[in-house]
Amino acid sequence: MIPSSGMPTDLRLYRPRVSTWWWTRKRSYFVFVMRELSSIFVAWFVVYLVLFVYAVGQGEAAYRRFLDWAASPWVTVLNVVALVFVLLHTVTWFNLTPQAMAVRVAGRRVPSFHIIAGQYTGLVVVSAFVLWLVTR
Amino acid sequence: MADSIQLRVSRFRPDEDSEPHWQEYDVPLRKEWTVLDGLNHVKNGVDTTLSFRWSCRMGICGSCGMTVDGEPKLTCGTFLSDYAPGPVTIEPLSNFPVVRDLVVDLSDFMAKLPRVKPWIIREDDDRTVFPDVEYLQTPEELDAYKQFSMCINCMLCYSACPVYGLDPEFIGPAAIALAERYDLDSRDRGNRQRLDVLVEHDGVWGCTFVGECTRVCPQHVDPAAAIQRYKLKAALATVKAFLLPRGAR
Amino acid sequence: MTRRRVEPLVWLMFSAGGVLAAVFLPILVILFGLAFPLGWVDPPDYQHLRAVIGHPVTFVVLLGLFVLMLVHSAHRFRYTLYDGLQIKHKRTVAVLCYGTAIVGSVATLAVLWAAAQAV
Repeated sequence: MIPSSGMPTDLRLYRPRVSTWWWTRKRSYFVFVMRELSSIFVAWFVVYLVLFVYAVGQGEAAYRRFLDWAASPWVTVLNVVALVFVLLHTVTWFNLTPQAMAVRVAGRRVPSFHIIAGQYTGLVVVSAFVLWLVTR
Repeated sequence: MADSIQLRVSRFRPDEDSEPHWQEYDVPLRKEWTVLDGLNHVKNGVDTTLSFRWSCRMGICGSCGMTVDGEPKLTCGTFLSDYAPGPVTIEPLSNFPVVRDLVVDLSDFMAKLPRVKPWIIREDDDRTVFPDVEYLQTPEELDAYKQFSMCINCMLCYSACPVYGLDPEFIGPAAIALAERYDLDSRDRGNRQRLDVLVEHDGVWGCTFVGECTRVCPQHVDPAAAIQRYKLKAALATVKAFLLPRGAR
Repeated sequence: MTRRRVEPLVWLMFSAGGVLAAVFLPILVILFGLAFPLGWVDPPDYQHLRAVIGHPVTFVVLLGLFVLMLVHSAHRFRYTLYDGLQIKHKRTVAVLCYGTAIVGSVATLAVLWAAAQAV
């Protein structure tokens, strides 16, 4: 007999535990976690740039020393890994933007392709500007 | 094509088992058969003790959601021939407590839906407006929310969502998409009331935009989109509340 | 809303930081992390770099960029700890993450300010 609450009072439910390795079971979960871990490398590179600015502020000798330190094997490897994760962040962020925002122009929905292309255009423009700014 | 395919089914009898175990059945491999057809073949003659939910068998009622080879699927729309030569692993929908065999406890999901007030909210009612008045809506106004109205409450999105799996308090994709469906409805005036619910810690902010909910949705509702748009809406409303004087809010 | 809520504002900063990181970091990592130190491209002349970094506009832009990217990282990492390591002490994690971002932001401000001074 089922009480009016709808739930038999002697019901024994099995509640599965979520494994700590849940994110290794599916490719989409794994890519998601890698994307989230890019945050570590974003933070690392901000720290690196602040140290760079500090060195520049300390004079030319400090600037050269910093460049030498940055060329050392471990720092280089770290920055290569950081670049990989930064690019993962950029690609996934650009791909998700059309889903996160419904952009309408003159009443019609802008197709995802245009939004993604627009972002990559922005990336190229910003990159060109930075390159010009520091190498002119 | 081979004659038969093996189904590896999760069994759990609450009065006998402390945890689930596998049971294998061979079912005919017919090209038009779905996983649900295979399960019904088992239930009809091979093993009548197997329990599972199903109803319409055509992908509209949302009853037959199960985990098939690790993916949340509607078993009535999942073809056995796609898994040949098998075996096909069938488990109850993940992230939900298991009642028995492939049947999960829906009560958490059912409690969450009404929390977003999924009905047209208006300040006028039959004291100020005639009871049979029709609120007109243009096709463009319908298009604004139609996608989010297609949800069949199948819970595949909750099953796919790792945040819900780790934190069952999270209100979840379908509930937020449902809230957005009403918020975008031109006839509705209840945005503020739903915002008050969804801006809580168990509301939209727990979502980390994994996007699995959208990937598994059989109705192409795109709950992930609804959630991100809701976050932006909530954030802008908060900014407005900070900037405007009390009277204007 | 009767209570002031911080989470939506943090999320806005997270989003802004995410956009800036996506658009600025690739070229910055390539140039300042690899090309200049390894000599693929001649490092900028010291005086020129000093002048760029000392410029008030650069100060404002870099400050905004670094602070928002730190908030972005902190916010994302906070949720990674919740979902990845299933850490249940949510308030502690939040304080640690945003606290680190705040400390980093103060340090960033100090360094940028100092670098802009004796140009």
